[in-house]
Amino acid sequence: MKLTLRIWRQSGATGRLVEYVVDDLSPDMSFLEALDVLNERLITTGQEPVAFDHDCREGICGMCGMMINGMAHGPERATTACQLHLRHFRDGDVVTVEPWRAEPFPVVRDLVVDRSAFDRIVAAGGYISVPTGSAPDAHATPVPKPDADTAFEAAACIGCGACVAACPNGSAMLFTAAKATHLGVLPQGQPERYSRARDMVAEHDAAGFGGCTNTGECTSACPKGIPLTTIARLNADLLRAHTTRSDR
Amino acid sequence: MDTIGLYRTTVGKKVVMAVTGAGLLLYVVVHMLGNLTVFSGAEAINGYGRWLREIGVVWPTRVALLVCVTLHFVAAYQLTAKARKARGRYQHRRRVQGSYAARTMRWGGVIIALFVVYHLLDLTVGWLNPNGVPGEIHANVVADFRHWYVVLAYSVAVLALGFHIRHGVWSATQTLGVTTSRVIGLAVAVAICAGFLSVPFAVFTGLVS
Repeated sequence: MKLTLRIWRQSGATGRLVEYVVDDLSPDMSFLEALDVLNERLITTGQEPVAFDHDCREGICGMCGMMINGMAHGPERATTACQLHLRHFRDGDVVTVEPWRAEPFPVVRDLVVDRSAFDRIVAAGGYISVPTGSAPDAHATPVPKPDADTAFEAAACIGCGACVAACPNGSAMLFTAAKATHLGVLPQGQPERYSRARDMVAEHDAAGFGGCTNTGECTSACPKGIPLTTIARLNADLLRAHTTRSDR
Repeated sequence: MDTIGLYRTTVGKKVVMAVTGAGLLLYVVVHMLGNLTVFSGAEAINGYGRWLREIGVVWPTRVALLVCVTLHFVAAYQLTAKARKARGRYQHRRRVQGSYAARTMRWGGVIIALFVVYHLLDLTVGWLNPNGVPGEIHANVVADFRHWYVVLAYSVAVLALGFHIRHGVWSATQTLGVTTSRVIGLAVAVAICAGFLSVPFAVFTGLVS
């Protein structure tokens, strides 16, 4: 099949959409493989290949991500760009491909953005403090099944940045809430639960992300289907952190 | 309690919006119920207005509303400014999820504020009312809603308020840490719209005269 890809090319401060007609595509290829086909052609003709982030190509690493026809990771729900197959497009379609856009996600090159703001949010509180050593017994700390399920649902976040890219406010609340929920509902996360909410939200705001308006674009764009309830849970923890005298 | 620290966060500003929004919503509900006294005749609504003045709630309510509106607006302005700076600008962008109500919160709020100014000049001060006699609430209301363009203006404003409430109720509960069903916001909005719109349409169709 054939696709016309309008791809954002940028190497300095500004960029532009460049149109490429890509032939010889198979409907079984992933969207990233279509970019591979294009890049091989660009390399053999002495042109600069399109830069894009990717790693595992099985939807679990969070490296890939781009706006495909104006939607984060493309038109399929709960699907990363690497798992998006060309069979979801029609032969001859024109597809616009842009990088994530948000003030805290500066474009590095073409479709690659700098997401280190996410690392700073995690560094602010997305961890638990434990003495390391030999691994504890698997059943040393009982976890109620519903809590384990809630934590796992939130822990499915791969930090790809689609929530920010889709948000009309450039907010990273879904990412922050996923990380805070993943740890905050487990027994091991309790000692730092409220300081975690306070510090992660403070870092989120300091990084330049906008505030959440509960529009819900993020959860639709999220390839892991992280629910909006995580944001309410984070808000509750944050309120508690600021309304009690505890300095934890 | 660390109020300043909380307000510095985006969530803290939203908490202010949620709490002041709840106060304004409470007022809107009472206002809507008060309006319905028009269906019991001229003396009922005029007497209700006199009674509100006699028990001395008018000015305290006005001060409280002004405080709520000011805080609501300031927080909204600050959040909007931050969001405008933060969000990306795409060549091609498609909305997937956001409801009409969610997308129109900011401009909808401005439209409601402008309507409130007109509404005060119309039915509180009386300058823009065809009858415009303070205290003659029933006569003023009837004089207003005989005109289709007044009915239209009020209808647009009430619908804008309904959309604002629909998303506002859901969003406020999220902000305060509880996820509720979006249906609750919709139900509140529909009830308030129906209550407010019943009066102009009753006058326009001659049910109340």
